[in-house]
Amino acid sequence: MGNTDTKSIFEKIWQSHVVKQIEGHPAVFVIDLMLIHEVTSAQAFKTLEEKGLPVFDSSKLLATIDHSIPTRANRWEIFDEAAKIQVETLRQNCKKYNIPFRDFNQGQGIVHVIGPELGLTQPGMTIVCGDSHTSTHGAFGALAFGIGTSEVGHVLATGCLLQQKPKSMKVEFRGHFRKGVFAKDAILALIGKIGIGGANGHVIEYTGQAIDAMSMEERMTVCNMSIECGARAGLIAPDKTTFAYLKDRPHAPKGEQWSKAIEYWQSLKSDNNCKYDREVIIDLDKLHPVVTWGTNPGQAIQITESVPKLANLPDSEQAVSKAALAYTHLSEGTKIEGTPIDWAFVGSCTNGRIEDLRIVAKVLAGHHIHPQVTMYIVPGSEAVLEQVKQEHLDKVFAEAGAQLRMPGCSMCLGMNDDKVPEGKRCVSSSNRNFQGRQGPGSITHLASPATVAASAIAGKLTSPEQYF
Amino acid sequence: MEKFKSLTAKVMPIPLTDIDTDMIIPAQFLTSVSKEGYGENLFRRLRDKDPQFPLNQTKYKDAAIMLTDNNFGCGSSREHAVWAILSAGFKVVISKSFADIFFSNSAKNGLVLVTLPEQIVDELLAEAQKHELTLTIDLEAEEVRKVNGTVYKFKYDPFRRHCILNGLDDIDYILSMKNEIAQFRKTQMTKPVASTFANN
Ligand code: SF4
Repeated sequence: MGNTDTKSIFEKIWQSHVVKQIEGHPAVFVIDLMLIHEVTSAQAFKTLEEKGLPVFDSSKLLATIDHSIPTRANRWEIFDEAAKIQVETLRQNCKKYNIPFRDFNQGQGIVHVIGPELGLTQPGMTIVCGDSHTSTHGAFGALAFGIGTSEVGHVLATGCLLQQKPKSMKVEFRGHFRKGVFAKDAILALIGKIGIGGANGHVIEYTGQAIDAMSMEERMTVCNMSIECGARAGLIAPDKTTFAYLKDRPHAPKGEQWSKAIEYWQSLKSDNNCKYDREVIIDLDKLHPVVTWGTNPGQAIQITESVPKLANLPDSEQAVSKAALAYTHLSEGTKIEGTPIDWAFVGSCTNGRIEDLRIVAKVLAGHHIHPQVTMYIVPGSEAVLEQVKQEHLDKVFAEAGAQLRMPGCSMCLGMNDDKVPEGKRCVSSSNRNFQGRQGPGSITHLASPATVAASAIAGKLTSPEQYF
Repeated sequence: MEKFKSLTAKVMPIPLTDIDTDMIIPAQFLTSVSKEGYGENLFRRLRDKDPQFPLNQTKYKDAAIMLTDNNFGCGSSREHAVWAILSAGFKVVISKSFADIFFSNSAKNGLVLVTLPEQIVDELLAEAQKHELTLTIDLEAEEVRKVNGTVYKFKYDPFRRHCILNGLDDIDYILSMKNEIAQFRKTQMTKPVASTFANN
């Protein structure tokens, strides 16, 4: 147990952002950056208007469009009338309040992909967005979490939020990845182990050998899914990998500011022997690729395993698991590998970055996807798409028979036209396999981009190990 | 925000755990730019699939208390889930536990979330499925009361309770500390991290 003056990175960031906390009340908590998108902002701007309040500081905001936009080539034309109004409303609000806005062809992308790309996401910051996957930014050693629309309004008007202090939890990823096993598999393994409410009320700090060895993109994948086990946020202490990623990004500090920033960022690391409310260890040495079999991200198994038998599950999971199996049309005890699929989706803020797309290209190169499978590859941002073209990955995708789309959330939540049809089965690099998440009646198997690509080729859930 | 002190109403049981916000209000209904009109699509997919789903049953038509199993409101941060529940006429949700962001969103809209111990929720769920159940939710006294006089105590976050009892908004609370915030900002500006757009 640590003594009282040792602090974790979470404690350090928390303390340096509390303006005031009256005994028994939540803290008034300062926010350094708020990301905004079309779906959870309109009502917040309206509240501002109703109360006659100005925007507190538009330089701490960044807006883009990602959730409800089309991903076809002529995406300027939005056929869904409500979605069109939603996008237009955000455009107007950004103009009215002078908020930096990344529109189509101006660096648009999924909020959680463009923040880091631009170098806006930096260690030690507090970052919020009206989206639960804001935890992604924790990969940089920022305290980043999703908020509701009312809170978006609070930050717009005051730059602050009322916050109860969460508890802390340490997750240590030990060992090394086997070939064909990735960050996505590690985080699914964690959620599978502790369950979808396993980290409720906690901020997770990810540590360990495997985290140290990960690229920033992999770390973002891990932090992204923190919310799927109920965590308020997930973060990783910044190190030389973090600094190398940030260097020379458009909004990263420059010159003398850069060295000052590094000094500050290095001070954020958790002190030795600091205390956490809870600790969990995951061993990666023997881990195989992980896929989900049910209708929540905690219903995950290694691809070498079989769908669990209901009798072997704890009482509290019986009813949910039974309903999940009825929905996913799987029988208990059958091998998950080999389950035939109809759709394959690569994209989302979990796995829609350039590194993910390179892995997919590596698997697809020289192969064609199964004739029964439709495959969408949706880059996380315009910058990712640009990079795909520069590296000629688009040719690989086209030759393999996959469709490369324009950037956005797309089939991650099926708010636009990109939906898995009713009753069809999709292997997906996204983060949620809730009933109907990818479209009414759709069935989702969460997996790493490599597993998605290998499965698309085979037409059934397949381990990608042979490709690496 | 509307004040809430206590309410006596019929209970609608939904004996499911991990009810996520996609179930409460599916993504396809999120394109509206207002807070109204979500009620008719509350639990839309479950309602369309299952004619026996509680919301489809006329006997629960005037229920204002929703009773569910465990981990209610997990998943996305969409406040639309809270708006949908409120605009469908529900004022209280009882569960064994609630997801974080959902709890915070509910507090800001005056939706009362009551956490009761597992065993009591199980009993109430069984009872409400058997015959009509009416409960009184008294936020002031932090009590759930049955018509027969049985009382269950619950704990509510004191600050949130105060706000809901008095219909107070977070934003006014924060604005009352305007000067402290301005002062804090000034000292914080010395950190290199503070200005995101200043250097570009
Ligand atoms: S990609 Fe999916 S999870 Fe990420 S912000 Fe978009 S909808 Fe949310």
